[in-house]
Amino acid sequence: MNAIETRNLGKRYRDTWALQDCTLAIPAGHIVALVGPNGAGKTTLLHCAVGLCIPTTGTISILGGIVAGSQDALDQVGFVAQDSPLHKHLTVASMVEITQNLNERFSSAQAKERLKSLDIPLRRKVGKLSGGQQAQLALTLSLARSPSLLVLDEPLARLDPLARHAFMAVVMSAVAETNISVLFSSHVISELERVADYLILLNGGQLQVAGVIDDIMATHKVLTGPAHDLDRAGQGLTVIETQQAGRHAQMIIRSPMRTDLPDGWEASQASLEELVLAYLREPSASRLPGPLGLVSHHADEVAL
Amino acid sequence: MLRLDSKSGVPTYLQIVQQVEHAMRLGYLIEGDQLPRVKDVVASLSINPNTVLKAYRDLEQKGFVVALPGQGTFIKVSPESLELSVLESLRASLTNGWLREAREAGLAVQDINALFSTVLQESEQGSDETNVSRKKSGGSAA
Repeated sequence: MNAIETRNLGKRYRDTWALQDCTLAIPAGHIVALVGPNGAGKTTLLHCAVGLCIPTTGTISILGGIVAGSQDALDQVGFVAQDSPLHKHLTVASMVEITQNLNERFSSAQAKERLKSLDIPLRRKVGKLSGGQQAQLALTLSLARSPSLLVLDEPLARLDPLARHAFMAVVMSAVAETNISVLFSSHVISELERVADYLILLNGGQLQVAGVIDDIMATHKVLTGPAHDLDRAGQGLTVIETQQAGRHAQMIIRSPMRTDLPDGWEASQASLEELVLAYLREPSASRLPGPLGLVSHHADEVAL
Repeated sequence: MLRLDSKSGVPTYLQIVQQVEHAMRLGYLIEGDQLPRVKDVVASLSINPNTVLKAYRDLEQKGFVVALPGQGTFIKVSPESLELSVLESLRASLTNGWLREAREAGLAVQDINALFSTVLQESEQGSDETNVSRKKSGGSAA
């Protein structure tokens, strides 16, 4: 089952395409990180997935073909928008009560239990909670609906490192306990590797990279060596990005890898952060998924 | 008990595998001991549960642990845990031999660290490559 599936998905606001020709399929059970520069179309894609925006072109479905935004879909999706919108003047308890009244599937017992374990007092006004606690409250309210797909828009943006850790710990625990799929957008690239296992990279409204992170890591390498042999070293390779500092140069390449590197050139494993930054800096380099993104990359590995 | 170093470049699941193996070798974990439950590891380290599962599966395939459904993951065998005396003598030879030479040659702590980890990494990679080529030739034979 695919958690999210899009075909030629596009969204235009007046004259500007926020998202264009996006076709991808994300199998269920993944924790998907959605990255890209500001204005890349991340929020648009998330909004389409939760039914907050109607596509201009193409289709998007969730959880095995349910049309995004339909009643059936809404019942199974939890969404926390940017800046975790909450009613600041209400108490935590009233916030839980309101959510209870607005949702058919909602367990206030579960919500209250979670809030208790997070030391968030029910009587406190939402506006008096810390940023981290407000984010936790929004997350708790979402999780108490027992969603099968949890969508988070920039959940970490305004949180300090401690609050980020605590927030993701709750998300990860929920995944461990209930096996939900998670899709979240983030600018905190350095922390992706430990939480996400699937990566989607958007750039300028286009899908640039999509795939299982282990596969992406296995099919990329960093080559370093003397700059005068740069062209020779890169010959026949798919070079994502080249950087040069004095006599030293480095390239990030995508397999197939070659075995006959010029003298002084070495291949090593690229970190996820290096890869993401390289792709972001080179919008023209793309590693598009195969048919519906489910293509196996084993062929590449053999070539390595 | 488990800890992670995000700067090390070693994949997270491998760090978990290595730490468990390390603890077993040093005798901190013995037969019958339970590994931390996945959901506890996930909550304390705030990492992807699949990563922990992958690490535990890896340990299971190596035959070090056994996963009992509904109960947890337990240490099955203690691998040949290093004899304390062997460990002591290795330590002594490192301290009195190579390390002393390096200090006398004027290497600072950082230099020593860098040199040692580079050499270690290279020798590890060397053994990896032989493994890969063995696998490859095995595959083509089949």
